Amino acid sequence: MVTLEDLKTPAKNTWCPGCGNFGILMSFKRALIQLGFERDQVVIVSGIGCHGKIVNYVNVNGFHGIHGRVLPLATGIKLANPNLTVVGFAGDADCYDEGWGHFSHAIRRNVDITLIVHNNMVLGLTTGQTTATSQKGFKTKSTPFGSIPPMLNPIAHALVSNGTFVARGFAGDTMHLNGLMVEAIKHRGFAFIDVFQPCVTFNYLNTYDWFKERVYKLEEEKHDYTDRQCALEKSFEWGDRIPIGLFYKEEEPTYRDGLSHVKGMALTKLPTENVDITPLLESMM
Amino acid sequence: MIVNKISVLIGGEAGAGITRSGFLFAKACLRGGLHVFGANDYQSLIRGGHNFYIARADAEEIYSQADTINLLLALNKETILLHKDELVPNGGIIYDGEEIALKDEDLNRDDLKLYSIPLRGVVKELEGNLIMENTVALGATVSLLDYDLDVFNGVLRDTFKPKVAELNVKAAKMGYEYAREHYGESFAYRLTKTDESRKRKIFLTGNEAVGLGAIQAGCKFYAAYPMTPATGVLHFMAPLDRKYDMIVIHTESEIAAINMVAGAFFAGTRAMTATSGGGFCLMSECLGMMGMTETPAVIMLAQRPGPSTGLPTYSGQGDLRFAIHASQGEFPRVVVAPGDVEECFYETVDAFNLAEKFQIPVIIITDKYLVESHGVAEPFGKNRIGIDRGLLLTEDEYVSEEEYKRHKFTDDGVSLRAMPGMKGAIVRTSANEHDEHGYTTDDPELTTKMGDKRFKKLDVLIKELENYETAKLYGPKEADATILGWGSTKGPIREAMKLLSKEELKIDYLQIIYLSPFPVASVQRILKSARKTIVVENNKTSQLSSLIREHLLITVDHEILQYNGRPFNPGELSQRIKDVL
Repeated sequence: MVTLEDLKTPAKNTWCPGCGNFGILMSFKRALIQLGFERDQVVIVSGIGCHGKIVNYVNVNGFHGIHGRVLPLATGIKLANPNLTVVGFAGDADCYDEGWGHFSHAIRRNVDITLIVHNNMVLGLTTGQTTATSQKGFKTKSTPFGSIPPMLNPIAHALVSNGTFVARGFAGDTMHLNGLMVEAIKHRGFAFIDVFQPCVTFNYLNTYDWFKERVYKLEEEKHDYTDRQCALEKSFEWGDRIPIGLFYKEEEPTYRDGLSHVKGMALTKLPTENVDITPLLESMM
Repeated sequence: MIVNKISVLIGGEAGAGITRSGFLFAKACLRGGLHVFGANDYQSLIRGGHNFYIARADAEEIYSQADTINLLLALNKETILLHKDELVPNGGIIYDGEEIALKDEDLNRDDLKLYSIPLRGVVKELEGNLIMENTVALGATVSLLDYDLDVFNGVLRDTFKPKVAELNVKAAKMGYEYAREHYGESFAYRLTKTDESRKRKIFLTGNEAVGLGAIQAGCKFYAAYPMTPATGVLHFMAPLDRKYDMIVIHTESEIAAINMVAGAFFAGTRAMTATSGGGFCLMSECLGMMGMTETPAVIMLAQRPGPSTGLPTYSGQGDLRFAIHASQGEFPRVVVAPGDVEECFYETVDAFNLAEKFQIPVIIITDKYLVESHGVAEPFGKNRIGIDRGLLLTEDEYVSEEEYKRHKFTDDGVSLRAMPGMKGAIVRTSANEHDEHGYTTDDPELTTKMGDKRFKKLDVLIKELENYETAKLYGPKEADATILGWGSTKGPIREAMKLLSKEELKIDYLQIIYLSPFPVASVQRILKSARKTIVVENNKTSQLSSLIREHLLITVDHEILQYNGRPFNPGELSQRIKDVL
């Protein structure tokens, strides 16, 4: 079982001091410890953006892929070897902009992986531009007169895509976020956590204080997370009060459950030699 | 009377089962010991329009369609109007005279044999599906050619479910008998079984051969998004997943497909995808990621004419340079171009070996003409293949005094490849430049060293390929001119050579199979003594010529190019070769 010390890497952390990513990193490491994993059982996958560096900061198997492709990459790994615990990390631009085309499909496929989105509502590593979750009117270098379209609602999208675990966390409340991550990783199926992750350098609007004044926990208001309709209603709450916590959870067959012929089977363990294609050849004669 | 030398064209609307019918006839010829070739031509639509399939059979080896046809099976009038001029003198047309009013001016030639068969009438009598009209026509064909109806019935029974098969057998018999009764032995062409019929050969498309190669190579994960003409691989693999313990997944896009393949290969599974040019465009970013992360991959790129959507159901060779250069930055890759169904199989097996041995992406470049035409091959043999997974660690535990490093510097640039999940090894990689452990870096020295590491693999790869048939020479020992080509032009070129040798012209042909890394030594050896060089390609800019210039500083003497979406016809090609001799 891993310890905090085991999970350390020699890589120098280059996130800005105070970045919300630290809260996500710490919550995740604690979750791995609480779940009693060995380092070699876990694979983390990340995309491009500040979040992507997390592969350098957790000493488990990792694939730092390209922009927007966390979900198919993680899906390929998990489908090939179901014995691995696969956790994808993506940024809001990575997942909700560049990789948006994969989001609903990965969710409805219900492959048993976890997706954690570092949602700071701004592009950080490219020095501050608007993203899909930037608020309407948000002024950045790419939208000097304010972002025109309304913000995208990832929670609602996940819910209508038949998400089986849909949650939102806040990097400023690591105890709570840590609890969500533990549940998400334990969840059998696709688990999604959108995490409010304040960008202390480029997001002047959605700051720690801004979130702290608004967020409340669904579990403290007796939200019924087994009711998708209720969850959907909650997902539209935005303004003075913004819910975090578990919106919805249910157990549904995973993608691999639909593939009974390879049930529990790691494709990586199957022999590649002496495959018999004779019956196929005979059918072509 | 001409025996065992025939080209039959069956044409009609899309949805009329044209390709299937042509295939059934060709297969019946194959079982009679004839050499066969079948090519389809269809438009990008589901109903209506014009589709055709050419089935050619011959006692001697054949490699492509012929320039002319001997018998036309016209399921509609349009087929007659479009193809009548391709018929040889004395050629025949099978059609339904009760449905098609054919006037003299429609044909405008009087040297053809017209065989009206009540195709629809027979189907109605049998209360069958209208699609069976083509079976009636095929029965009549067998009769006119005085061929063996039992052989054809055997193919029907092996193809359809029993109930449907028997209905088709009846339909064929009625077509056969009607033709016998009304037209007897009036047709100048005959087919007879040969001694070769005892040999068992396979008849399949390039797509099927690539799929078979992947299965034989132990591919357990196939992800793809449908795109003509590569969809055939997906259709071939999908129903076989249970039999071969594979996961076959139809993804939301080509981007998803290739990234899943990257994930599966990273996990330690042999994986593959196939697409055409447009899909390959979408994949090219991930291709670079595979180069950078040293993740193996096998990608089949089946070309069609571009740019952009181009002619979606036709053939071309315009993507060679794109396959060789796609994605930003520099990294080694293999681009291999099989030229027939047999090479589709064996090169696919090799593609997996090379991908894993050198931890690089391998692109199998084909085209519509190759992957959708049916060709004959000896049954593929296990004794001709080997499985080489390179430095992949398949044990459950990594035991070493040294910490595992995914990108460890080695003499040949190839690092041990552990599977994530292996005890004692942490497998980390990054699309960013990275150190040996896979941690991101921007250190200039390390950047240089890592670039060198990746390219050391190229040096070893080039050495390795010396053991491969990277280029094949066909033809006489002494030749007055050398044709150079790659991929599917092989068939028409070999047919053209047959025609040219009948005219005592000495031409040889170098088929370049590996395009990247370019087999400089093998090609140079041949070109050194070549008297005249002619490149034959299905593209506008003669991309092979430019590769030869780039790698050998040789400018070829002539380029014969065709970029109308259609394959070369052997007669036309041989004429164009003669024109430049």
